[in-house]
Amino acid sequence: MFNEADLTALFITVKLAVITTIILLVMGTPVAWWLAKSRWRFKFIFEAIVALPLVLPPTVLGFYLLVALGPDGPIGSTMGFLGAEPLAFTFTGLVIGSVIYSMPFVIQPLQNAFAAIGQRPLDVAATLGASPLDRFFTVAIPLARPGFFTAAVLGFAHTIGEFGVVLMIGGNIPGETQVVSIAIYDHVESLEYANAHWLSATLMLLAFVLLIAVYAVNRKLTYKSGYGL
Amino acid sequence: MPFSENLPAAEIRVAVASNFATTMLDIARRFENSTKYKVILSSGSTGKHYAQIKNGAPFDIFFAADAYRPQRLEKEGRIIAGSRFTYAIGRLVLWSPVSNYFNHNVLSRIQSGKLKFRRMAIANPRLAPYGMAAKEVLLKHGLWKQLSGRLVRGENINQTFQFVKSRNAQLGFVAYSQVKSVSSSTKGAYWLVPQSDYQPIIQQAVVLTDTDTTRSFIQFVKSKKILQLIREHGYDTP
Repeated sequence: MFNEADLTALFITVKLAVITTIILLVMGTPVAWWLAKSRWRFKFIFEAIVALPLVLPPTVLGFYLLVALGPDGPIGSTMGFLGAEPLAFTFTGLVIGSVIYSMPFVIQPLQNAFAAIGQRPLDVAATLGASPLDRFFTVAIPLARPGFFTAAVLGFAHTIGEFGVVLMIGGNIPGETQVVSIAIYDHVESLEYANAHWLSATLMLLAFVLLIAVYAVNRKLTYKSGYGL
Repeated sequence: MPFSENLPAAEIRVAVASNFATTMLDIARRFENSTKYKVILSSGSTGKHYAQIKNGAPFDIFFAADAYRPQRLEKEGRIIAGSRFTYAIGRLVLWSPVSNYFNHNVLSRIQSGKLKFRRMAIANPRLAPYGMAAKEVLLKHGLWKQLSGRLVRGENINQTFQFVKSRNAQLGFVAYSQVKSVSSSTKGAYWLVPQSDYQPIIQQAVVLTDTDTTRSFIQFVKSKKILQLIREHGYDTP
């Protein structure tokens, strides 16, 4: 049913999706907040940049990342200058690629959630003496919780299903950069359809169970705290 | 008839292995110029084309990257009987875009650890005939185990080529046709692997629909002029 490489690939996929989602939530929150609150007239330029990974086909995005990570590329040459190890064909390289690839799926729901809160709750908190940081952590973030759930679910699911980017910058190394989507692709290409079906079914089931759990928890929390989605 | 000139020219849909796509484009343009037919090319991996053909993809001719998939289609009764033939034989090279990086004794310098590199790219031996051939060469020279931790695998030979061209891998086993296609200033260093070191990379084609158009295209591909063109692109011909 599964060989050892398939199981390793499953583990690497989940690890990649978890790490990517955490990084995107931590780094994406301030960006989304700024995008939701800023009145700077050229803000739309940054909104467009955040949406850009949606435009390029993943293999094309992966191709440009590969070129950027190479010794002549901007990232690769900087890394070389600093004496750091090259990033292509490493798990860290995959994390960087996934963060870029899944960025809009995390930042956009967060931005919408922050925008939906409106200015009033924050102003009320301010008149009650809450500092800007207090307002952000005790008013804005709890109110934006549905947005955080959506962002986490989309970021996670999108990274699980990632193929084109990892295909280009991963190098298909078992135990390091071989994720499930690549393992399935390998099975299909070598006409091992039964293995492909098993692995696909497992991936779908795993993601389904996980998403059900997340949505159930979200519903409970939303109900308890009294906010609708 | 006066208006027959305006009728749309007959079309043929050709599925072609990505490694042969640029050569096929060249052939198709010449064919279009010498006939009234139009050739629509779909390049992609042979595994995907095989799955698509089995599921009813409307291709008329299939130029595969190997002999295995055409043979399977023949066994499964999907092709015009007797239409399977070898159109090109691939040649394997070890390549680096950095000139003077190595010369013909490259394998012995790798064996002795004198040639420094971090990653070597090969095509995935499970999927790509060039990958299978590269594995054979490394096994034959006792390098497979020694290098296994440093090998990165492209899903096909084009991706493997990109790994090396972008210099993320310092060298790699690619198709001679690919090295021939880069401009001479960036050709770098390459070593044409002796063909005794690996099983021949036989690329076969099969005809899926039998029409005048497909017949004349196949005849065209088998002509002396086109065989010469295929050799110029870096392949051997039967």
